[in-house]
Amino acid sequence: MSVTSRRRFAAIALASVAVLASATACGGDDSSSDKDGGKVTLVVDVFGDQGFGYEDLYKQYQTEHPNVTIQERGKGLGLGDYNTRLTQQITAGAGAGDVVALEEGTIVQFFAQADKFVNLADHGANDLKGNFLPWKWEGGLTPDGKVLGLGTDVGGMAVCYRSDLFKAAGLPTDREQVGALWPTWDAFIEQGKKFTAADSKHKFVDSATNFYNIVLMQTAGAGNGYTYFDKSNKLVVGENQDVQAAFQQTTKMISAGLSNNLRSFSNEWNAGFKNGSFATIGCPAWMTGVIKGQAGDAAAGKWDVAKAPGNGGNWGGSWLAVPKSSKHQKEAAELAKYLTTAKSQTEAFKKVGNLPSSPQALNDPAVLSATNDYFSKAPIGKIFAAGASELKPVYLGPKNQAVRDAVENALRSIEQGKAADAAWQDAVKNGQAAGK
Amino acid sequence: MSSLKTPAPPGASARRSRPAPRHSPARRRQLNRLDLRVTPYVFVLPFFVLFAIFGVYPIVYTFWIAMTDRSPMNATISFVGLDNFVELFTNDPQFWNAVVNTFGMFALSTIPQLVIALLLANALNRRIRGQMFFRLAIAMPIITSTAVVALIFSMIYAREFGLMNWLLDLVGVGPIDWRANRFASWFAIATMVDWRWVGYNALIYLAAMQSINKDVYEAAALDGASQRRQFWSITIPQLRPTIIFTLIISTIGGLQLFTEPLMFTSGSGALSGGTEGQFQTITMYLLDVMNQRFRWGYAGAVALVLFLLIASVSFLNYLLARRISSDK
Repeated sequence: MSVTSRRRFAAIALASVAVLASATACGGDDSSSDKDGGKVTLVVDVFGDQGFGYEDLYKQYQTEHPNVTIQERGKGLGLGDYNTRLTQQITAGAGAGDVVALEEGTIVQFFAQADKFVNLADHGANDLKGNFLPWKWEGGLTPDGKVLGLGTDVGGMAVCYRSDLFKAAGLPTDREQVGALWPTWDAFIEQGKKFTAADSKHKFVDSATNFYNIVLMQTAGAGNGYTYFDKSNKLVVGENQDVQAAFQQTTKMISAGLSNNLRSFSNEWNAGFKNGSFATIGCPAWMTGVIKGQAGDAAAGKWDVAKAPGNGGNWGGSWLAVPKSSKHQKEAAELAKYLTTAKSQTEAFKKVGNLPSSPQALNDPAVLSATNDYFSKAPIGKIFAAGASELKPVYLGPKNQAVRDAVENALRSIEQGKAADAAWQDAVKNGQAAGK
Repeated sequence: MSSLKTPAPPGASARRSRPAPRHSPARRRQLNRLDLRVTPYVFVLPFFVLFAIFGVYPIVYTFWIAMTDRSPMNATISFVGLDNFVELFTNDPQFWNAVVNTFGMFALSTIPQLVIALLLANALNRRIRGQMFFRLAIAMPIITSTAVVALIFSMIYAREFGLMNWLLDLVGVGPIDWRANRFASWFAIATMVDWRWVGYNALIYLAAMQSINKDVYEAAALDGASQRRQFWSITIPQLRPTIIFTLIISTIGGLQLFTEPLMFTSGSGALSGGTEGQFQTITMYLLDVMNQRFRWGYAGAVALVLFLLIASVSFLNYLLARRISSDK
């Protein structure tokens, strides 16, 4: 009797110790505990309402690699919150996932912390260079040539326009003809003047800043290849001719009275879609979703997509990187490579519509044949892919966003009535303070 | 006690005698005293531990970080002494712009806010119909979320399709771009702040007024003092500590003004508070420096200067309020 009870006690004690041990193991670092038997858990950090559309790819990867379990975090998380959290995690050296998504505006900031990330070139990433658009590949490289991230998607660039307003103003409505109206930005402004002369109720473009950013990326791509910071991260907002040229081009557009003066993503901007207060907007692939959501069913079939002036462009898109805090850097790098192959990018496009950054994927029939019913059945895959392919690489410095905000504010102050010369002085002065 | 003396059966005693004291009475008394002395500190310890972690540590750390160039962009942290403060005081027009904005909006919101609150409280202190309803009604804005208030007001003050511009249009005044003009934006933000906080201050004043002895008013009335005279000569002096309290609370809140001006612009780049920083407050600038420019050390210096500003303005308020109420 006493012997059995003692044994039972011993068994219970052992069991509870085991439970405790496993509980503490779970409470510890996510990925460190499951080393036994070669089992590896990889955490992937993404953002955005739809996530990145990787669910099926995870399943497939797990069947191909039975020792790997993949967890995704961040679906539904806004980009701003995601960036702030990721900055803290990377700086602290703990808490980030094994594979993290870095958005276009964020990746430049992490160039300064490149030592906190795995150089993917050590895991054979350089062999994959041909799988990405040249500017997208360069966008993932640090100034000293380390491979920080592998491209996922791009925004591409086109111009979305209201064909009903164009028709009323006597402009062509067919998307080929509309694209042919504006080979250059000067031609675009000329068409805007024609439009405004025929229709005083509507403005030609939504805001100066969207116009400016497209022009800047094109000008810099054809010119110096950098914007506010040169390739040694020296602040050159006042010296770079490309910046000034783009600023002046935008000033010309504002003084022609074409801008609706709406701050991007503001309530007024949203209302502008709803009320149809402007006729065109610089349009990356994801903007089609914004327009559809804001303008609503009432405007279905009124919008269309045409080629953007100049030589292509991009707004948005991400890279996948592996932080050094990951316990399974090799496995994480393999996963990042897998998720960014042309085939995976095509799958993600089919799932959530993220435009691929791989030329092979952009030429995939699934992408080329994609149309959008809301935009009068426009072949969006083809149009956006063309815009994305033409863009030249442009280097952005780590504090790009802060300087960009300062310059954009100067442009908005012109819209509010400030003299263009004084606004340019502001842009340089505040840009220099912001990039310090 | 008595059970100790009686010899217990050996099996049971081992367990039962455990709680019984094995020490001598003198030792027990000593323990007792220790218990009395130490236990209270143990009870309050959790607060101090939490305060040390979430209060003292951040403050000390702010002092330290303000003297470094800490940034997520720098691999190493170097000590720069008072450089951040020197830059802040001599070479940072944006910071001083934010200081001017903060004080402007503070004055524009706090003075009317406290005056209206005082008058409201005085009115509610009289016998009026529906007293309870009004007293509850003025407290309602406090339970509304600041973000919601800011959202609604930013629609009221929208440039296009805004309620305020529509009203102005009705009386024949042209529309105002509330975010482009410095004074217009201050006014709009001040109304947001006041709508929310007038009721709160009025409630505090009302509570203080009710604790004033009614006999004083009766005596004054018998002596022929008018309502107005009673207000200035009895109510205000009696409210002195309360007025000082609300002034200090409003100062701290006013100088840390953040959500209202931030939410006043929706969309990208809201932290810059208008195209030319027309309504960027110190706290907005602080966050701009920290999260956009990644200068954490410099942000620490901004935070410390903000702290000094609040402390000195609160002290000024205190002196001022003492003068005002002792004059009458």
